[in-house]
Amino acid sequence: MSEKDIILKVEDIEVKYGDFLAISDLSMEVERGKITTIIGANGAGKSTLLDTIMGLNKPTKGKIYMEGKDITKMKTNAIVRTGIGMAPEGSLVFEGMSVKENLLMGSYVPESRKKRAELFERVYSLFPVLKEKEKQAATFLSGGQRQMLAIARALMADPKIVICDEISLGLAPVIINDIFDKVKDINKEFGTTFIIVDQEVQRSVDNSDYSFVMVKGNIVMEGEPSKLDIDEVKDAFFGMNKYA
Amino acid sequence: MQVLLQCVVSGILLGGLYAIIGIGLSIVFGIMKLTNIAHGTLMILSSFFIMVIVNNFIPNVFLAILVAIVLMVIVAFLFQKFLVNAVIDKGDEPALLVTFGVSICVQNILEIFFASNPQSLSATNKFAGGNIIETKLFSVPGSYFIDFVVAVIVIVALSIIMKRTDIGRAIRATSDNKRAAELMGVNTKVMFVVTMGIAMATATIAGYLVGSTFVFYSYSGSGYLIIAFGVVVIGGMGSLFGTLIGGILLGLVQLLGANFFGTGWQALTGYVFMLIILAVLPNGILGSGKRS
Repeated sequence: MSEKDIILKVEDIEVKYGDFLAISDLSMEVERGKITTIIGANGAGKSTLLDTIMGLNKPTKGKIYMEGKDITKMKTNAIVRTGIGMAPEGSLVFEGMSVKENLLMGSYVPESRKKRAELFERVYSLFPVLKEKEKQAATFLSGGQRQMLAIARALMADPKIVICDEISLGLAPVIINDIFDKVKDINKEFGTTFIIVDQEVQRSVDNSDYSFVMVKGNIVMEGEPSKLDIDEVKDAFFGMNKYA
Repeated sequence: MQVLLQCVVSGILLGGLYAIIGIGLSIVFGIMKLTNIAHGTLMILSSFFIMVIVNNFIPNVFLAILVAIVLMVIVAFLFQKFLVNAVIDKGDEPALLVTFGVSICVQNILEIFFASNPQSLSATNKFAGGNIIETKLFSVPGSYFIDFVVAVIVIVALSIIMKRTDIGRAIRATSDNKRAAELMGVNTKVMFVVTMGIAMATATIAGYLVGSTFVFYSYSGSGYLIIAFGVVVIGGMGSLFGTLIGGILLGLVQLLGANFFGTGWQALTGYVFMLIILAVLPNGILGSGKRS
């Protein structure tokens, strides 16, 4: 993979919560235009990693680069402007706002405000249900619709990367498949890079171009789906055999 | 019957003044979850600013109010950026104590410059002192009428800003979910400063209306803080139209209380009503947020 193909680079980062070491010496490279999944059990440090990329946590050491630009010390609002959008864990839609207002907030940064009409057309064609419910308060959406809104809201910033934390949390399998199909459609049609965290190992591997497996704050395995040993990934996920 | 009708008319109109006194407190709580104890004192500070500007620099009261708004927005910026933002992530108490400290400091500064002498801006308000409408059944005091109209205009304008502009939506988003707002590219600490600026701009308008309707003193702020609390508790913290309803109900209940039980009961009836609302509707009539 050439430097040009790498959109996001995480280099030897360490993240601490007080004295607790949540991530240690973690490095990863995310390829442009691909769907990358991060697999790991609860407490593996996946959400900490994503929050650190977004500037919500600051690493105690290491660097993070977006298209070669050092974003390690940037504030979250500046990181969003570099082209990284996030659909956070639990959707975190703005409950008191309508669906349309949520989407308008997605294009809050000046760069995307100019393209609002085009971006609305794009997200409404991808998620027609959001168009139908645009005047409804987000608090009344179902779980699947909230996840769609969170992804659509991230897309309203016209990002180069969309990070989805716990994309399937609390959703029925049929809805999860539908959401993964949408992710693939967006990736194929617009070339948007995705970084996805999902709890289900097989589904994560099947729906990705590349996967990272995290255990205790570090990456223990990575590769394309065809090159990953799914049994070993499951061992790592469940902390069995050599990962115990 | 005439007296009762007059109480109702005056109570509703007085409620407009109460509402505009409470707006700043309400939006600061709604957005930042901060109870700004300094709200009443800062409002009275703006009354003094306007008085000094009109008497010494700019006789035109509208221009004087505009200058005072600019000054109060600067005060809000300094207050929020260097005092409140420094402690707001450390829990409720430090920020509350900061606002309490600011309230005491401002009140003492006002006492140094103006002692405890009564002041008034009524000379700058041509509607003060007379009735704008007079019928056989009731009259409409000019200053109360202006207070009410201005309160409604301010509340409608603020609602439009909050609903229709990017900055307004960003403020609401910050209030709704700070973390999610940051992920949309919103600098939430800047939104806190903007919110305090809006609160102080409305407090300046309230400061003028209070000063042109009643006399005021350097220590009047704490009394108006209690009124503002009453308004937002009744109407609902963070709700603009709730603030208007809260103001009207408080004004109405106070004047009816004074009518039925005597003038000494005016404040008491208002606050008994507030306690009843608090017991029955803990979030106020239109409030949606959780009271902590």
